[in-house]
Amino acid sequence: MVQLEVFLQTLVSGLLLGGLYALIGLGMTLIMGVMKIINLAHGELMMVAMYIAYWLFTLLGVDPYVAVFIASPALFILGVLIQKYLITPVIKVESILPENQVILTVGIGMVLASLATVFFKSDYRSTPVDYASVTWYLSDFWQNSPIELSISLLWAVSFVFSILITLALWFFLSRTDIGKQIRATSQDSDAAILMGINVNRVRAFSFGLGSAIVAAAGCLFIPLYYLYPALGGQFTLIAFVITILGGLGSNIGAIIGGLILGVFESMTSTYIGMGWAPVGRFAIFIAALVFLPGGIASLLKSRRLGK
Amino acid sequence: MKKFYPLITLAVLLVLPLLGFSTYVMHIFILLLMWATIGMSWNLLSGYCGQVSFGHAAFFGIGAYTAGILYSKAGASPWLGLPLSVFVVGVFAFIIGLIVLRLRGPFFALATLASGEVFRVSAENMDWLTNGTLGIMLQKRLWVSKEPYYYIILAIAVATFLLMKYLISSKLGYFFVAIREDQDAADSLGINTTLYKTIALVVSGMITGVAGAFYMNYMGYIDPHIVFALHDVSIITIMIVMVGGVATQWGPFVGAVIMVMLQEAVRSIGSLGALHQAIFGLLLIFIIIFLPNGIVGDFGKIKRFFGLGRVRA
Repeated sequence: MVQLEVFLQTLVSGLLLGGLYALIGLGMTLIMGVMKIINLAHGELMMVAMYIAYWLFTLLGVDPYVAVFIASPALFILGVLIQKYLITPVIKVESILPENQVILTVGIGMVLASLATVFFKSDYRSTPVDYASVTWYLSDFWQNSPIELSISLLWAVSFVFSILITLALWFFLSRTDIGKQIRATSQDSDAAILMGINVNRVRAFSFGLGSAIVAAAGCLFIPLYYLYPALGGQFTLIAFVITILGGLGSNIGAIIGGLILGVFESMTSTYIGMGWAPVGRFAIFIAALVFLPGGIASLLKSRRLGK
Repeated sequence: MKKFYPLITLAVLLVLPLLGFSTYVMHIFILLLMWATIGMSWNLLSGYCGQVSFGHAAFFGIGAYTAGILYSKAGASPWLGLPLSVFVVGVFAFIIGLIVLRLRGPFFALATLASGEVFRVSAENMDWLTNGTLGIMLQKRLWVSKEPYYYIILAIAVATFLLMKYLISSKLGYFFVAIREDQDAADSLGINTTLYKTIALVVSGMITGVAGAFYMNYMGYIDPHIVFALHDVSIITIMIVMVGGVATQWGPFVGAVIMVMLQEAVRSIGSLGALHQAIFGLLLIFIIIFLPNGIVGDFGKIKRFFGLGRVRA
C-alpha cells in the first residue's frame, strides 16, 4: 500500500511539475515554429522575469501570481527588442555557418545571466508568501480513503494558472487575426508573405509572445522554487527537450511533452535518486530522438487526432 | 612569402621558452596552445563539416577523466592517459555520433549540448569512479617548471595543425565542405554523409580528448564543473573559432590569442570579474553581427574599414 501511495504521490507531483514545464516548452515551440531558430536564451528570459517578480514582491509586496501580469508585458517588450535589433540583422548577414543565430542567442543569454550576477549577486532568493504552507490532504475530503495524497496549494494554483494561460494562448492562436498570421508564417513564411502578411512584424510579435509565456512560467515557478542568476541554463534545456519530445512547433505536443517530462523527472528522483533527475531528462530526450524523431505530434497526426 | 608563415611561426614558438619569460607568461602560452588545439578540432567538425557542436566539453572532460581515473584508480602515470584518451574518446565520440548525427543544424547543436551535460551530471553522480564533485587531484606533478609542458602541448598543437592541413586538402576535406554546403546534394552525389560526419566527429573528439588529458596532467586537478563546463569549455571553444575565423587554418590560433588574453585581462581587473560572461557575450554578439566569418575570414573587411588595402571594384 505504501508503495502505491508513493507511486501515486510521485505521479501527482510529476503532473503538477509537468504543467509548468509545458508552459516553458510552449514559449520555445512558438518561437521555433515561426522563426525556425532555437532560442538558447529562453531560460535566461525566464530568469529575468523571475527577478522582476522577486523585486515586485520584496519591495512592493506584490503577490507573484499578480506579477504575471506585469512581468509578461515587460518580457514581451524585451523579446520584441531582441528580435528586432539583434536577430533580424543576423538573418540578413551572409556567413558560412547558418547556426549563427543560435550562437547569437547564447551570447544574449550570457549577457543577461552575467548582468543578473553583477546587479543582484549570486545569492539564492525566494518569495516566502504567507500561504506557502497550505496543503490539502485527500483524507480531508474523503474520511476513509485507503491511501493518503497531498497537494500543496502553491503547486495547485500554479498548475491552474498554467492551464489558463495555455487555453488563452490556444484561443489567441486559433481565433484572432494575428494568431492566424503567426500560424501561417510558421507553416510557410514565403506563402505568408505572398498573402500580404508582414512576416517581420509577425516574427517580432511571436518572439515577444514566446518571451511573455516563459515570463509567466517564471512567475508561477518563483513561489515554488528559488532564484539565482545561473538558473536559466537548465530551463533552456528543459524547454528544448520538451520541444523535441513534443514535435517541433507543435503546441499540443509541447503540452503532452511537458507532462511526460514532469512525471518522468519526478519518478527518477523518487526511484533512482535526486541527482539523477537531469540524466533522466536527457534519457527521454535521446529516446525521443531515436524512437520518435517526429515527436508526439507525429503520433497524433498518424492517428488523425490533431495537428 | 605566405608559404613560410607556418615555419616562421613554428620557429618563434620553439624559441619562446628560451627568452626567459616568467612562469605566468609561460602558463598563458601553454593555455593558448591548448585552446588553439581544441579550436582546431572544433573547426574540423563545425567549420569545415558544418556540424556546429555545443558539446566539446564532453570530449575534453572524457579525455581529462581518462587520465585522472588511470591515475587515481589504476595507479598508472596520468601521462599514459594521452594515448589512451585517443581510444576512449574515440569510442565515446562514435557512440555520441550514432545518436546526435541523426539531427541537423540547430538540433544537432542542442543535442551535443545535452550530451555534454549528461557527462557532467554522470561524472558528478558516479562517485565510485570519478570521486564525484570532489574531483581528482594529482599528488605530485611530474615537472615543476613550465618548459616541458610547453613543448608537449606545442607538439600536440603542431601535429593537429598538420593533420588538419592534410585532412582539409585531401578528398575527405572536400567531402566535409560538400556536406556543410548542402547535405542533400552531397548525398545525391553518392557521398556517404553519415560516414563522413562520423569521421569528422570522432577525429575532432579525439583531438579535444588529448587536450583534455593534457589539461589533467598540467593543472593537476579536475572536477566535473571544470572539465565538463558548458560556458567555460564548450562555449569558449565556439568563441575562439568564431572570433578567429570559421573554416580557416589560422583562425583558431588568432581566436585563442584573443580569448586567452581577454580572459586573463578580465581576471586581473577585480571589478570586472563578475562581468566576464557579459563581456564575452557582447563580443560574441558583435562578431556575429559585424564579422560573421571571424577576424581571419573577414580580414579584407577589417582592412577596408580602416582604409587600408586596395578597394575592390
